[in-house]
Amino acid sequence: MTEEIVIIGGGTGGSVLANDLAERLDEEIDSGEVAVTLINDGPDHVYKPVWLYVPFGKREPEDGRRPLRELVDNRIEIRQDRVTEIDTDAQQLTTTERVSPTRYDHLVVATGSTLAPDEVPGLAEGGHDYYSEAGALALRDELLEFTEGHLVLSVIGSPHMCPAAPLEFVFMADDWFRKRGLREDIEITYTYPINRVHGNPHIADWAQPLMDERNINTETFFNGDEVDPEAGTLTSMEGSEVDYDLLVSIPPHRGVEMIEEAGLGDRGWVEVNKHTLEAEHAENVYALGDAAATGVPKAGSVAHYQAATVGQRLASEVRGQVPTAAYDGKTICFIETGMDSASFVEFDYQNPPSPVTPSEKIHWSKLAYNESYWLTARGLI
Amino acid sequence: MTQQDIEPAKTVDARGAACPGPLMDLIGAIRDVDPGDVVLLLSDSDRSLTDVPEWVDEAGNDLVAIEEGDDHHEIYVENV
Repeated sequence: MTEEIVIIGGGTGGSVLANDLAERLDEEIDSGEVAVTLINDGPDHVYKPVWLYVPFGKREPEDGRRPLRELVDNRIEIRQDRVTEIDTDAQQLTTTERVSPTRYDHLVVATGSTLAPDEVPGLAEGGHDYYSEAGALALRDELLEFTEGHLVLSVIGSPHMCPAAPLEFVFMADDWFRKRGLREDIEITYTYPINRVHGNPHIADWAQPLMDERNINTETFFNGDEVDPEAGTLTSMEGSEVDYDLLVSIPPHRGVEMIEEAGLGDRGWVEVNKHTLEAEHAENVYALGDAAATGVPKAGSVAHYQAATVGQRLASEVRGQVPTAAYDGKTICFIETGMDSASFVEFDYQNPPSPVTPSEKIHWSKLAYNESYWLTARGLI
Repeated sequence: MTQQDIEPAKTVDARGAACPGPLMDLIGAIRDVDPGDVVLLLSDSDRSLTDVPEWVDEAGNDLVAIEEGDDHHEIYVENV
């Protein structure tokens, strides 16, 4: 009987893993011993880092979309379908497009993050975001018209995708308005939930002086709790309030509901062993990328490295060997510090980040990587 | 009140959390529970021993108990 590996989600983690398995298990797949199916609820793979550039008119959402079929090895079955239920006891999935359940021997949950602005009253009506295609386009319309007033960037959701992106946005906005001669008429405020400007203290210590230099106001211990779109105010759990003319938020995030319903973890994040990425509450289930609660950032580089770990472990299991591959927490991240400069960090479970001096070269490296990302999705780099 | 008497409505295991960190995980959990409920934070970061009380004070919540351990710390916070 064919051993069935099913991956739910065709984002970075799911696509890189599918291609990794196609290469690693090529003989087993060709002989019919193993089948790998990638289930995604749409035809496209989406590269979300492009969205940061959309509000500034630098990129279009289409730049971050390509058909999954163009990126994933032909030996992988791609099914456009939506999984609605995971039964980890019976090892089967319920989907919207098929009457009969889908059986699996090995399941990988790579369902990513979703936005939940409705968790904060008034946020959906009063706030903008660049964490979705529609949000980035709507924000672009606002930002292009914005010539004076108070721009507030508020990190409300935690954890959220790409922890560097809120810093990048205010650094880019500052530079963008400066170059257009508007900065004197625009006040920029950045709010963050804890007592520093980033969750990681090393990155926070690096970013705070840069924000001070650029007259970017910071409000820490600020957990946005309610937005009044009429009054243009954002209040926090801590009882403070900021007035805004344009509110850009990082909304609350959740994973998909079926993860909680399957007993795999709260808020749609699968509880996993942070080294093996095996689910804590089910057999033969892995999770990677945003969907896995590992404590490392919800970022594409994490999903990429975790996919290699899961690929090696699955190949070992299929061959009856003891899986030994382990994820070490490796994360890399470019951090834009303006429209033409950037920094870079690399860290893991043992070694903290140490942001390098921003430069134009690193900025161009980031843009070059964004172009070559499609090779990552294909499993080539 | 001893730790044995406290029944947390939710436990947040942030051991090993590098980023965004245990305090961020705690804040997220506090948002999810009802007023009067206690959240237990497990953290192996010594920073939590100062970060968490500072935030609890700022937010007007109640620091019910802190148990420092060699392996990890247990911090009980009530959503007021």
